[in-house]
Amino acid sequence: MADSANAGQGGAGHDDEGTSRRDFLYLAVGAVGAVGAASAVWPLIDSLNPAADIRALATSRVDLSPIEEGQAITITWQGKPVFIRHRTAEEIETAEEVPLDDLIDPEPDAERVIEPQWLVMVGICTHLGCIPLGQSSSDPKGDFGGWFCPCHGSHYDTSGRIRKGPAPRNLDVPTYEFADDTTIVIG
Amino acid sequence: MSGLKTNNRVIKWFDHRLPVFSYVNEHLVDYPAPRNLNYMWNFGSLAGIALVIMIATGLLLAMQYTPHVDHAFDSVERIMRDVNFGWLIRYIHMNGASFFFIVVYLHMFRGLYYGSYKAPREILWGLGVIILLLMMGTAFMGYVLPWGQMSYWGATVITNLFSAIPLVGDSIVSWLWGGFSVDNPTLNRFFGLHYLLPFVIAAVVFLHLWALHRFGSNNPLGIDAKGPQDKIPFHPYYTVKDMFGLGIFLILFALFIFYAPNYMGHPDNYIEADPLVTPAHIVPEWYFLPFYAMLRAITFDISIPFTGIVLIDAKLGGVLTMFGSILLLFFLPWLDSSPVRSSRFRPLHKQFFWVLVVACLVLGYVGAKPPEQPWVTIGQIATAYYFAHFLIILPLLGRLERPKPLPASISDPVLKSDGSGASQAKPMEKA
Repeated sequence: MADSANAGQGGAGHDDEGTSRRDFLYLAVGAVGAVGAASAVWPLIDSLNPAADIRALATSRVDLSPIEEGQAITITWQGKPVFIRHRTAEEIETAEEVPLDDLIDPEPDAERVIEPQWLVMVGICTHLGCIPLGQSSSDPKGDFGGWFCPCHGSHYDTSGRIRKGPAPRNLDVPTYEFADDTTIVIG
Repeated sequence: MSGLKTNNRVIKWFDHRLPVFSYVNEHLVDYPAPRNLNYMWNFGSLAGIALVIMIATGLLLAMQYTPHVDHAFDSVERIMRDVNFGWLIRYIHMNGASFFFIVVYLHMFRGLYYGSYKAPREILWGLGVIILLLMMGTAFMGYVLPWGQMSYWGATVITNLFSAIPLVGDSIVSWLWGGFSVDNPTLNRFFGLHYLLPFVIAAVVFLHLWALHRFGSNNPLGIDAKGPQDKIPFHPYYTVKDMFGLGIFLILFALFIFYAPNYMGHPDNYIEADPLVTPAHIVPEWYFLPFYAMLRAITFDISIPFTGIVLIDAKLGGVLTMFGSILLLFFLPWLDSSPVRSSRFRPLHKQFFWVLVVACLVLGYVGAKPPEQPWVTIGQIATAYYFAHFLIILPLLGRLERPKPLPASISDPVLKSDGSGASQAKPMEKA
């Protein structure tokens, strides 16, 4: 095939398998072109990622002192709700006593908190992003006394761990630290 | 070069340089169509008209709308209250989306029943599936623009589907949002895409028609035309038939626009979006309900037996099932191995077709229900049937079914049923 094609073109150098220098050049130019096109497209794609002003709002400071035991508040961090619950001794005990084998996403309570009485979590159901109910005293709290997502019926326990329903993971714990005894910095 | 007949010298002069008149004549006037098309063949042109209505009203709405989280909801309310006839234009656009899907779904079931996807129309069918996917994306993003509670939470749930993708899921979701949640960047890009995609649809519709006119329309008998005696010119026979269908369509459309404009919507979308409160029931628009039911049907992980190693968790399984239900349609021409197109001659396929219709309706009903028993189980059964229909039943029917004898030509059964005695009836041109 290449033989007859090249014969008419003055016989560019080719070996016995029928591949020519021209084929090599086509491939090489094509490869360089593809890499060039890909690197030109990347800025366009990356422009859709979170912009600098949005990334700059990455941390939130929260004063915990007004939250009574048994109370919970919701604050926003990066546009997402964050649940902060001042857990009662009873709730902490229930969360710590659960055997890990009973959990869908096994994680001991101690790994989800810095101070056991303060449970800080991103209040977004890990199934499809709804806000679970359970923050106010009148909300349904699900079968495990924590949170209940009304969208597709996920139940979370007093440590925010998934116990029943379609959600695959426990409620996420954001990175946070105590600035002093009653203030946390999230993010 | 064409059948264009005119004495107008300006048209002749222009057509010689740019043959648009010949083109219209070839595809909309002289175009030979099978003489036996029934009213199920109206929905293609109705879908085309629906697209035009949506683009026209959408353009006018875009001139009044503000794509910003602080102003979007109010700008839509301003359209409803202050803009001259704004309420009418918006209600046409809102209900137009529903009617677009109604005619497209009927158009697709027509294709399924009469085997319009079979050779040589596989590409035609595949282009149709691409149009459906584009329509779904466009409709979803359009629904986000009024920035009501359903807009916001619908957008959150659907974009979160992509977080089910292993490893890169969360990065993709953040990329889709342009932030850490559905917010102003998301609204802006959805507006841009909602404006763009209808023109992409129009381009694919053009390809769809190109592929259609390569071999011409299928017909209720599903057999190829034997010659010119099996065809009639598109104009006036099918232009008038399409116009009559359009009249019926517009009456029904007007009934909804003027008497029940919010019947197919959700009251929650007249509450402005609140990122801290999820509505009690997040329900998509009706045309997505069957797919939503399939998404929710997968409530179990898929693991390697006895090892507990989860291959596909329930969330990814649901997402794959939902997208799979549409991607499956691309392979339909090869899954259905029967050489007979029309279900009129396929006694078994005809029955399974109606079971599929019922399964789709059941899925639509289940999709609107909360995720509780017995709806979960019913949804799982209907989802299983949907996939079994295409992956198991259709390939088997091609081998097992004994089709009825096909008529010799398109005009043959017409002539035989004309008058009382077939032997006396003379071959004649109908109308």
